[in-house]
Amino acid sequence: MSRGYDELPEEEAGPVVRPYAVTGGRTRPSAALELVALVATTSRGLSTARSPAMPPEQREIAFLCRHLQSVAEISAHLDLPLGVAQVLVADMARDGLVVVHRPERPDWRPDSELLRKVLDGLQRL
Amino acid sequence: MAFSGSSPDSEPTTTPLKIIIAGGFGVGKTTFVGSVSEIPPLTTEAHMTVASVGVDDTSKIAGKTTTTVAMDFGRITLPEQDVVLYLFGTPGQDRFWFMWDELTMGAVGAVVLADTRRLADSFAAIDFFEDRRVPFVVAVNHFEGALIHPIGDVRKALDIEHPVLSCDARSQQSTRASLIELVRHALEATLAEEARAARSALPTRT
Ligand SMILES: Nc1nc2c(ncn2[C@@H]2O[C@H](COP(=O)(O)OP(=O)(O)OP(=O)(O)O)[C@@H](O)[C@H]2O)c(=O)[nH]1
Ligand SMILES: [Mg+2]
Repeated sequence: MSRGYDELPEEEAGPVVRPYAVTGGRTRPSAALELVALVATTSRGLSTARSPAMPPEQREIAFLCRHLQSVAEISAHLDLPLGVAQVLVADMARDGLVVVHRPERPDWRPDSELLRKVLDGLQRL
Repeated sequence: MAFSGSSPDSEPTTTPLKIIIAGGFGVGKTTFVGSVSEIPPLTTEAHMTVASVGVDDTSKIAGKTTTTVAMDFGRITLPEQDVVLYLFGTPGQDRFWFMWDELTMGAVGAVVLADTRRLADSFAAIDFFEDRRVPFVVAVNHFEGALIHPIGDVRKALDIEHPVLSCDARSQQSTRASLIELVRHALEATLAEEARAARSALPTRT
């Protein structure tokens, strides 16, 4: 009695992701992995944001990320689901409007050197 | 911060790190995040894939479905270390554990909040992090009306090899102390792991 999701006809497949106009219906899996990817607006992104050509969501992201922000923060500030924020950021990165910093490998873990720095930083707060 | 106001065109060097704040319903997760965060807690909604594991009685199909979960989070910037810590308060319901898997990837570890009046509510989170070998501390949140149990009794009752400490989720000092204890504990675990890895990398004598 274990029918996989993939075998189900569309209407039976249960709550699937709603298509979003702003991203043309694209969302990505594993949004949680991208939660803390850090985004910074490039000088090109900023000058484009000051011209009328940029879509409003992109402009908001460009202004917000003048200060380094995570994808989670972008999603919260723009009131967009995480997956949507992620797709918008990916598009902007492709166009050189923002740069994104994320761990190179999904199985990355903080090493002792980094944890020692964090401990130090927290103790000095 | 490293480049407030400037427009960098190269990738930022700042390292983002996750810490999970877990525990049962109404145990103080959002309060904890709010006390220790430098920004008012934010909420993000994520569509997540549920690999159904039979925890949810209402799900009739095994396989995968997508659901929406809201997470509270806060931020602590450590400018000298060029690190930003993000604290995620996870939904307490059993059926949302699937997302902890993704959330715990690359995370420093977790703070499991517990209320002595209903200690059992924290078992699920404790089991989860123990199974996945995620470093965690149990922070016993003190609510009015709860008997003040000596922390040693709670430690004994929980029977775990992780730190158990007392905490007031409303206090910045107390929540910071819990995080420091967690990072200290994670550091020890990581050092032990690194030592093990170094040993196994040595050529074996024949
Ligand atoms: N007395 C006391 N009250 C607390 C403490 N921590 C939280 N509270 C209160 O407990 C209630 C629940 O706290 P929340 O932070 O919303 O708990 P939560 O775990 O986020 O709840 P859910 O997200 O609904 O699972 C709030 O009214 C808090 O003010 C504490 O340490 N002591
Ligand atoms: Mg909450």
